[in-house]
Amino acid sequence: MDSNQAAKQHSLVGSEADSQRTLYPYVTGTSVVALKYKDGILMAADMGGSYGSTLRYKSVERLKAVGKHSLLGASGEISDFQEILRYLDELILYDNMWDDGNSFGPKEVHSYLTRVMYNRRNKFDPLWNSLVLGGVKNGQKYLGMVSMIGVNFEDNHVATGFGNHLARPLLRDEWHENLSFEDGVKLLEKCMRVLLYRDRSAINKLQIAKITEEGVTISPPYALKTFWGFSAFENPTVGAEGSW
Amino acid sequence: MTKQQANWSPYDNNGGSCVAIAGADYCVVAADTRMSTGYSILTRDYSKICKLADKCVMASSGFQADVKALQKLLAARHLIYQQQHNKQMSCPAMGQLLSNTLYYKRFFPYYSFNVLGGLDSEGKGCVFTYDAVGSYERVGYSSQGSGSTLIMPFLDNQLKSPSPLLLPALDAVTPLSESEAVDLVKTVFASATERDIYTGDKLEIVVLNAEGIRREYIELRKD
Repeated sequence: MDSNQAAKQHSLVGSEADSQRTLYPYVTGTSVVALKYKDGILMAADMGGSYGSTLRYKSVERLKAVGKHSLLGASGEISDFQEILRYLDELILYDNMWDDGNSFGPKEVHSYLTRVMYNRRNKFDPLWNSLVLGGVKNGQKYLGMVSMIGVNFEDNHVATGFGNHLARPLLRDEWHENLSFEDGVKLLEKCMRVLLYRDRSAINKLQIAKITEEGVTISPPYALKTFWGFSAFENPTVGAEGSW
Repeated sequence: MTKQQANWSPYDNNGGSCVAIAGADYCVVAADTRMSTGYSILTRDYSKICKLADKCVMASSGFQADVKALQKLLAARHLIYQQQHNKQMSCPAMGQLLSNTLYYKRFFPYYSFNVLGGLDSEGKGCVFTYDAVGSYERVGYSSQGSGSTLIMPFLDNQLKSPSPLLLPALDAVTPLSESEAVDLVKTVFASATERDIYTGDKLEIVVLNAEGIRREYIELRKD
């Protein structure tokens, strides 16, 4: 009992306030991977919404257009992502209401999201997401990431969650300036395939989105070709009779 | 029923090292450009150096979101100062402002380890070194960040300042020339990169002198 009492003293926020704050994520999306290519940004995410170890939702759209020039991909808590979309709706609405011919580019949206995530972290009530923000404005390509505690950066390729460990090394090896659309998609699919094999929460139903100066296109859901015909998978018990 | 404990930390260490060296009429401020989290590298090309005023440059390592917030805050305060006083903030003035800003969050600190470098009102190099809650001191040279434990002893060996306890006070600035100081910085980072996993990729060097500000980039080991 004493150790429990001791543990209770350590919290920085009162227990009543706990019911109002995010403590754990419940429905989560896994990695988002994105890269810059010749005409803009390519971004990919699968459509799974996991409830712990259960694959609860299989048609979650984790890539969304924001305004005219940006594309947002999110991993982490899906309800927090939906709340972020509401914040962004309001942001874009006010931007449009100025009606001055100007509109928020990806840099501005990324900066806004960074501030939102950081300020929520300061209140000990984070939005449990890792966000990828990409876009093109006036020929300038932009690709950035924000984490749930406000850590943000910009690079030629980004990934969240498991993608950081499995996809980034592939991208560091094979990405180069001015990738064609076909090469970009091939590279992204390679990353998503590795994630599909090795990330338990990944599913084989994904969308790839493209953003260029012309606008946003999000592909309909499709599946990757996988290969399971390794000889080691045939007769798996051959080395140890009695196992399964 | 035990109360649920938070399973996330509001802090993260994004690594990296910073160094500043003050000379008779120049100041060198340098930092690597690697940003990490845990055992992963997030990006190899992230600047930790921020120009706060014409003669005042800050390099910070630690938790990147706090560093960014701190840089924004100081830049905004500098704008206000310029409007109110019709002049740029001097480096010692910015030094005091940074200390006060850090202490303001004494009970939920900015996890940011800073070195401030620049020229004082007499044109001499000055370096201020800080801890996360605003404790600061004017020194001849300093390093902060993940590689500081490796870098500082070497700087002590090469540049040892006279003790601040001496009376009358002796000048803290180094006798090195500007190019010697820049070479020292390159050497120091090459060594830190070898043994500190969070330091590497690229080195950004900023030199302030009477002519203005100059920037240089050197490749470091990427492993």
